[in-house]
Amino acid sequence: MNGFFDLPSDLGQSWLGLVGLHLREALLPVLAGLLVSLPVAQLCVRFRWIYPPVLGIATVLYAIPSLAFFVVLIDYFGQSETTVMIPLALYSLVVLVPAIVDGVRSVPPETLAAAQAMGFGAVRRYFQVQLPLAVPAIIAGLRVATVSSISLVSVGMLIGNQGALGNMLYAAQTYGRPALAVNAVLTIGVLGMLADAALVLLRFLLTPWMPRKGAGR
Amino acid sequence: MNVLDFARAFFGDGAHWHGYDGIPTRFAEHIGYCLEALAIAAAIGLPVGLLTGHTGRGGNALAFLATAGRALPSFGLLVLMFIWIGLGLLPVMIPLVVLAVPPILVTTYEAVRSVDPSPVDAARGMGMPETRVLFQVEVPVALPLILSGLRTAAVQIVSTATIAAYVSLGGLGRYIIDGLYQKDYEKVVGGATLVAGLALVTLAVFWAVSRLAVSPGVRRGGRG
Amino acid sequence: MVALAATALLAGCSSSDKADNPLTGGKADGDSVVVGSNNFPESTLLADIYGEALKAKGIKVTYKPNIGSRETTYGLIKNGSLTVMPEFNGALLAHLDKKATPKTLEETQDAINAKLDSQLTLLDPAPAQSKDSVTVNAATAGKYHLTDKSSIADLKDIAGDLVIGGSPEFQARQQGLEGLKSVYGLEFKSFKALDTGGPLTLAALKKNAVQVADVFTTDPNITKEKFVVLRDPKNLFGFQNVQPLVRKGALPQKGVDALNAVSAKLDTKTLLELDTQVQAEKKDPLDVARAWLKSAGLG
Repeated sequence: MNGFFDLPSDLGQSWLGLVGLHLREALLPVLAGLLVSLPVAQLCVRFRWIYPPVLGIATVLYAIPSLAFFVVLIDYFGQSETTVMIPLALYSLVVLVPAIVDGVRSVPPETLAAAQAMGFGAVRRYFQVQLPLAVPAIIAGLRVATVSSISLVSVGMLIGNQGALGNMLYAAQTYGRPALAVNAVLTIGVLGMLADAALVLLRFLLTPWMPRKGAGR
Repeated sequence: MNVLDFARAFFGDGAHWHGYDGIPTRFAEHIGYCLEALAIAAAIGLPVGLLTGHTGRGGNALAFLATAGRALPSFGLLVLMFIWIGLGLLPVMIPLVVLAVPPILVTTYEAVRSVDPSPVDAARGMGMPETRVLFQVEVPVALPLILSGLRTAAVQIVSTATIAAYVSLGGLGRYIIDGLYQKDYEKVVGGATLVAGLALVTLAVFWAVSRLAVSPGVRRGGRG
Repeated sequence: MVALAATALLAGCSSSDKADNPLTGGKADGDSVVVGSNNFPESTLLADIYGEALKAKGIKVTYKPNIGSRETTYGLIKNGSLTVMPEFNGALLAHLDKKATPKTLEETQDAINAKLDSQLTLLDPAPAQSKDSVTVNAATAGKYHLTDKSSIADLKDIAGDLVIGGSPEFQARQQGLEGLKSVYGLEFKSFKALDTGGPLTLAALKKNAVQVADVFTTDPNITKEKFVVLRDPKNLFGFQNVQPLVRKGALPQKGVDALNAVSAKLDTKTLLELDTQVQAEKKDPLDVARAWLKSAGLG
């Protein structure tokens, strides 16, 4: 009963089950954030005047502690995974929009002119030139968003055991079993680092034209 | 009731403005935690970042440490440290410092690394000792980027210091945690508003500092 | 590594698709009874006892443990997210009606029934009581000569020097700071928000970070740490019998009978023993619940 991976019954899950739940609660919001941030970023690139206010709102949203978001959302979505995932999606959005805007903007005008000269329309130019060239910036944003999302899911523990691996923290405290807290912190940390490594790998695969030295930051 | 009504009710209630649970006290506690955490993180991150950036060694180790630091969950560390250490400020400081060191360290490293090598070589050619090369040539040029690392760290600390309330300390998180258990949304919204406000103030302070501290020549160089 | 992640992801998905996942929100579905608990170990233990007693009668049960304070759980049982909650009658009454001052168990029941949501009902109360209390640590008891014969009223002259601790909700409750002020006229130096009689409360009392705290009278640490529970002559904390709060019509008669049978056998001494197994001996509450039900002939 007191092994490293033996969880108290209140968690209602095995360790592996919690890992799966944790990944789902953390990664779905990042995916949602990415899907929404692409058009938003494109708007910001297209209409430059939108960008400063968007950036301002993003900064304020990012500064609001996750727990406050959770509590306010409980009224609408109950003590559920949805309540945890909505703020995480917002945080991802807020990290990704500036990353994508900067990435797309950094595409040199000569390149765009060349694409135009080759007869690319706006849509084709976006998907075949701007977006691929912005991949490194987008992945950099995704790395920040993913790692912080994986870490923040644990706070969901405070709203009725919605924190996946974070729920082990409550059990650790209540039943005086520090090993459970060590397990939670290490598992979440390792998941974050693996996700980060996976994204670095993805960048290498998506940008075969980039030089292959040094993982960079 | 919408969020604005909650905020109005919270700030309009005179009882929230004085005493040990009043806004001035909680605000001061919060700023205290943040400054202490930022100071410790800077005391670790700046020297290590400057040194590694100057020598150009240890970049990979730094990148690994920074990723690890970011991946460790602050809230989980807090609970673990509370179980191990017990009541007090230390269990709160550890996660905040772990959170804040990576941005300071990595940005400082990159800032010094990316300084144009020609003035650095020129300074060495003139016989400047390495410490003067670092502090009189590299740091002034790298300052805007170094400050941006500190700014990122500071804003994250301001928002994350709310977890202190979970282990019975004060600060603005008190309103959010108490509001959760008392089902008092005025407190939650009020607390979140104060935290977001403090984050904006932090940004403004860093903006002002960079206006004052960054040499005009570097600023004109335009790092955006 | 990818394979591991994929397996884990699948495991997470499939288990959460099952109706008995305790982690998803939403309404209780028709054929499963949802037993919730507040965020302290005794509540989780009681929820396990109720749930296992129902299971023994062939009723499908899902658990939603450690949800939060009553301020939250009462709303959840009202809107149908929960079917059964272990409650404490006096605390529930104080939540529904701050001004009620019942003198007997019957008056307590009547007062609750007058205010309870029409979709909810209480089953039989158990003789077991677990009260919130005003408890001082050994150092404070020694300094001010407080013994188990002393009462909360004896703090009158010294409260201004003392820091009191309790769960965050204690600050805003009638059976908390508000009542201590209105009923006993006590104003403490300050209030420190801790947890619901859990590890923070214990640590704060031991370290003298607070001198007074709300501790459950069934807490095994009271004797272990020589804390002194002050008497409550004005009955602020009232009756605190353990009692199941259920949604009307959500339990079949055999379920009602099963929970009433549990209440009939659950006295304060038993509850204290079971709490000790969970909190001091660190046994899993579900195992403790099953073992007790078996020994009581209910499992």
